[in-house]
Amino acid sequence: MLLSQATGGAALAQEGAGPGLDMYLPLVILFALALGFALFSVLLGPLVGPSRFNKAKLSAYECGIEPSPQPVVGGGRMPVAYYVTAMLFILFDIEMVFLFPYAVSADALGLWGVAAITLFIATFFIADIYVWRRGGLDWN
Amino acid sequence: MTPMLAQAQEPMTRAELLADDPLWLILLKCVVVLLIGPILTIFLIVWERKAVGRMQNRTGPNRVGPHGYLQSLADAIKLPFKEQVIPDTADRKIYFMAPVIAVVPALIGLAAIPFGPEVSIFGERTVLQLVELPVGVLLVLAGASIGVYGIVLAGWSSGSPYPLLGGLRSTAQVISYEIAMGLAIIGVALYAQSLSTGQIVDAQQSGWFFYLLLPSFVIYLISMVGETNRAPFDLPEAESELVGGFHTEYSSMKFAMFFLAEYVNMVIVSAFATTLFLGGYLFPFVGADSPLNQGWLPVLWFFAKTFLLLFCFIWLRGTLPRFRYDQFMKLGWKVLVPLGLIWVVLISAVRAIRNDGNVSTGQILVIGGIVIAVIVLLSLLLPEKKVPDSDSVPVTGGGHPVPPLDLRVPETTPRRKALKAKARSSRKQPAAVASAKEDSDGDV
Repeated sequence: MLLSQATGGAALAQEGAGPGLDMYLPLVILFALALGFALFSVLLGPLVGPSRFNKAKLSAYECGIEPSPQPVVGGGRMPVAYYVTAMLFILFDIEMVFLFPYAVSADALGLWGVAAITLFIATFFIADIYVWRRGGLDWN
Repeated sequence: MTPMLAQAQEPMTRAELLADDPLWLILLKCVVVLLIGPILTIFLIVWERKAVGRMQNRTGPNRVGPHGYLQSLADAIKLPFKEQVIPDTADRKIYFMAPVIAVVPALIGLAAIPFGPEVSIFGERTVLQLVELPVGVLLVLAGASIGVYGIVLAGWSSGSPYPLLGGLRSTAQVISYEIAMGLAIIGVALYAQSLSTGQIVDAQQSGWFFYLLLPSFVIYLISMVGETNRAPFDLPEAESELVGGFHTEYSSMKFAMFFLAEYVNMVIVSAFATTLFLGGYLFPFVGADSPLNQGWLPVLWFFAKTFLLLFCFIWLRGTLPRFRYDQFMKLGWKVLVPLGLIWVVLISAVRAIRNDGNVSTGQILVIGGIVIAVIVLLSLLLPEKKVPDSDSVPVTGGGHPVPPLDLRVPETTPRRKALKAKARSSRKQPAAVASAKEDSDGDV
């Protein structure tokens, strides 16, 4: 009820501009169904499955050898290359955030848009080449 | 009767048709879309095992049901009745949440995919699609990204080395290939001038995008395999290195959720590729008004194309060995991403030139040449990469010099090549002398 009121309000707000948030309603229903399915499945396991205690089952699986005293590798530290990759991902993802709206309205923007987006991508290329030359993309 | 007919022939857009859906129809569609994933998963697993079995000269599963086709259904029923084992070191809350986070975005990913054109279900006009959003493409991409949280949280919360390494690898892999995937999709958005999946399919009535945008299609195909952690890019669960990867510590239904998420993601990226590049539900070589593209028949074409791509996944797994991690990241960041970016610039320029006839191609080439020259000049200004002296033995934390552990063969320099050639030419001796020398070498 609340949802329909909210979406009704949104539809009023952008009157004549096509359907509002109403079109997301099936998605919300599907999300609720999927969440219900996933939670049901995960909670079903302990209910119907057997439970036989064994001390060995409680230790982390390391192919049968004694578990390492620091289960999280290197005391919680990870190779720095993963951080670099994550940073690069954020950079390029933001680039894509700008590229998607451009792509949708490319015909309306014409050549000016192409020049702008070329400049934008070129700027990113400079950063990319810098990281590349400094070995940020190398793994070994 | 007559006004009803008039109403039936009135053309409506997909969004309008979907907005008219009554609640029971929405619920029906939701349940169907939710079930497509798990049902295809159950079929895919058995299909994959049988196909890979055939490729390896064995029969695959053939005991449960006719020709073994009920094997994975039996497995699915078996899994809840297995004991769940949770290690002491696990962070229990996140450990329980991770499978849910992995599977929920996978299950809602199919919502934006158009399975067919306008049909009538129990007298209600609608299209075979759950939602037609102006950002449908982004919805599918977002679903794929959120699934990564499940994987990385599963790896971290298990409190065990192998899952952590698998989760980290998987995250780095998926986010790397997502860039390439997004760049491939930008080409499609550029040609269709829309991000809504239904309009992208409609835009392909004049020609499918896979041959209009061949580089985009190839980049998408490679990155979709990387994105779903499948062979030859299945490094996060490399069995010979990491036991099982991020789900090593998972058992029972929680493991089943990860398995389900992986296969549903395969279905989603295949269905997405069908929608974006292979004309969606359209039959090739005929117009949209043809009876082949009306009613329920297009659902068949859609699934035929999807299954073709799914078979490619299985085929790849049966054919190619696993990549090494550095090779894999190199392919993603040094090949696919720059290629995708250049391609996007290229097609947007070509499109703009074609639309604005008043600028000649020569002028654009000159401007493009200047831009490229500037980039090249700027790259020359960058500092040289410092190459570590490979001959010196590094001193590690223990205070003892330890020989380097990387067994890489040093790159061949021109000088080394010349030396090698010299050595080879000087080794050319009479056969008897050479063999005698070899014998003596063998004795030593």
